[in-house]
Amino acid sequence: MRHSRRQALGLGLGAFAAAALPMAAQAALEDAIAAFTGGAATGAGDISIDAPEIAENGNAVPVSVSAPGAVAIMILGAGNPEPVIARVAFGPAAGAQTFATRVRLARTQDVVALAKLADGSVIEARAAVKVTIGGCGG
Amino acid sequence: MITRRAFAQAGLAASAIVGASGFGNWSRIAAQQRLTQDDLLGFADFGNVTLVHVTDIHAQLRPIWFREPDTNIGVGDARGRPPHITGSDFLRAFGITPGSAEAYALSHDDFAALGRAYGRMGGMDRVATVVKAIRAARPEALVLDGGDTWHGSMTSLRTGGQDMVNVMNALGVDAMTSHWEWTFGAERVNEIVEGLPFAFLGANIYDAEWDEPAFDPYAVFERGGRRIGVIGQAFPYLPIANPSWMFPGLSFGVRQERMQEVVDELRADGVDLVVCLSHNGFDVDHKMAGAVSGIDVILSGHTHDAIPEPVLVGQTLIIASGSNGKFVSRVDLDVGAGQLLGYRHRLIPIFSDVIAPDPEMSALIAAERAPFEAELAEVIGQTESLLYRRGNFNGTWDDLICDAIRAERDVEIALSPGVRWGPSLLPGDPITREDIHNATSMTYGACYRTEMTGEMLRAILEDVADNIFNPDPYYQQGGDMVRVGGLGYRIDVSRPIGERISEMVLTDTGAAVVPGRSYSVGGWASVNEGTEGPQIWDILENHIRRLGTVRVEANTSVSVTGA
Repeated sequence: MRHSRRQALGLGLGAFAAAALPMAAQAALEDAIAAFTGGAATGAGDISIDAPEIAENGNAVPVSVSAPGAVAIMILGAGNPEPVIARVAFGPAAGAQTFATRVRLARTQDVVALAKLADGSVIEARAAVKVTIGGCGG
Repeated sequence: MITRRAFAQAGLAASAIVGASGFGNWSRIAAQQRLTQDDLLGFADFGNVTLVHVTDIHAQLRPIWFREPDTNIGVGDARGRPPHITGSDFLRAFGITPGSAEAYALSHDDFAALGRAYGRMGGMDRVATVVKAIRAARPEALVLDGGDTWHGSMTSLRTGGQDMVNVMNALGVDAMTSHWEWTFGAERVNEIVEGLPFAFLGANIYDAEWDEPAFDPYAVFERGGRRIGVIGQAFPYLPIANPSWMFPGLSFGVRQERMQEVVDELRADGVDLVVCLSHNGFDVDHKMAGAVSGIDVILSGHTHDAIPEPVLVGQTLIIASGSNGKFVSRVDLDVGAGQLLGYRHRLIPIFSDVIAPDPEMSALIAAERAPFEAELAEVIGQTESLLYRRGNFNGTWDDLICDAIRAERDVEIALSPGVRWGPSLLPGDPITREDIHNATSMTYGACYRTEMTGEMLRAILEDVADNIFNPDPYYQQGGDMVRVGGLGYRIDVSRPIGERISEMVLTDTGAAVVPGRSYSVGGWASVNEGTEGPQIWDILENHIRRLGTVRVEANTSVSVTGA
């Protein structure tokens, strides 16, 4: 019986380690954030991100972002080969500036949420999501 | 006369809660052969509400040996904090005399010698005696089961957990939550739950597709003229740590916001006391207690810790009641209108030679075991060594299992899961088939044989290590490190993931494990569907039968730093 890497890592034992973000991925992430912010620094503010601490299935991780007053929200997977996951705009008639979806995460990484407010400023929240395939509970 | 120590006076000075806790002090009594059931059950009734907590029984119907860990490393804020102290440090922290009955029950030092002096612990017929005695004094006592109840023995495996369901129903449980229960499959769990005369709770059990609650989050009880909300919290990492294909469509997780929402709902409904019956594991409960407001008492399960006094986080009491039926926690509470005013707590050790078995429960247990008794009792071999599992790294049971896998499956490296269940055996004990199943029983016990590269083995060790030593408890799954045979390594628990493991070697030759080379590997408890191989208990039985007498030498293959 042979196992692929992904299967073998599920042998009741664990999954793969997160490495430091490669240079190319880091650059792609920074470029994507800059394209959304217009180059301005992001700040903290009234933005919340809800994601599981440990993904049950890395191919469909539920993530929701809420940012009252936002005109646009972007979600990025900081460790994905293509970091931009979604970018949504809210019209003036939007009842709540909340966006929920499921995202695919290649490995353990931060999910980054950015919200652009009416004055053009951008606020940020992050959630670390661990992508692991196995383990052993007591 | 049992002395009671006032609990954590300083820490309570600023608190509205007034409490006391006593584990007892029987060393002298026991030494004089005077330890009696009354000594163990003595409790001055207090307040208007009584909670009884049992958890992680792992289907152990009869008295067992269970050695507590010698290594239980805490990281981050948990470093050096109970339950992350062991041996003499533990005894000192709680003022327990070495060599006493309490020392035997709660720590590992001199386990074999003390075990012979004080006898086995647990047994559900003894637990029934204790629960009946508490109910006699407090007829409205709530009996709450923290889960990991239906799994862990040959009889529970063969009956799909039915033996435990029957026993717990006879004990009279008011609510339970779950973990290994789910390894019988969702269909079987649902079948049992339909017939349960009590609540099966899980605020964090969700339908994965619709992301909606799938089970009752809580039950409300009227006791002592007060309304008590009991919230269930199932093991958060079930689909990761156990085979998710056995319960497809369900999602778990810590879901801290959900817990706050449910607590708020109960508070808005005007309950007087909020209890969380949790299978989070102690460190997760500790973090949750600080992050969620409005929980009065967390009855903590999963990590098998037995702590003789409640741990107070803010205004929340955390009660850790051990495992395998070794202890029953009794918590008497003075509950005012919407407020906990005081408590009295006792972790009652179930010394099986001191507490008389309840005859009705003994008869039920005998009936449940009868169809399997001959199989269970068959002696397969003897052990000259103490066999135990619990601890962050390999125990002697694990070494024996890894040896069996390497011998029977002809592999260079054996991997065995770092589960925390599995009772101990003393030197000189016979090893019966029942003992073998107690250390290995599960619904996915196939022992696979495969090839893995050195790089992959390292990735596995790193990943499992992060499930235990990540400084944020919400990233911990509450098991112990994967056990290894034929493989040695060094681990620095203080490092981040990817940097903890080094110096991996094959112990037979001392040769370094090379990232690009392929190694033959055998193991069990794969979470993958369709894993092939003989059952691990058959592998172990064959190996022990061949050896006749088991002797496990000290294992120095794992070197730990950074603790």
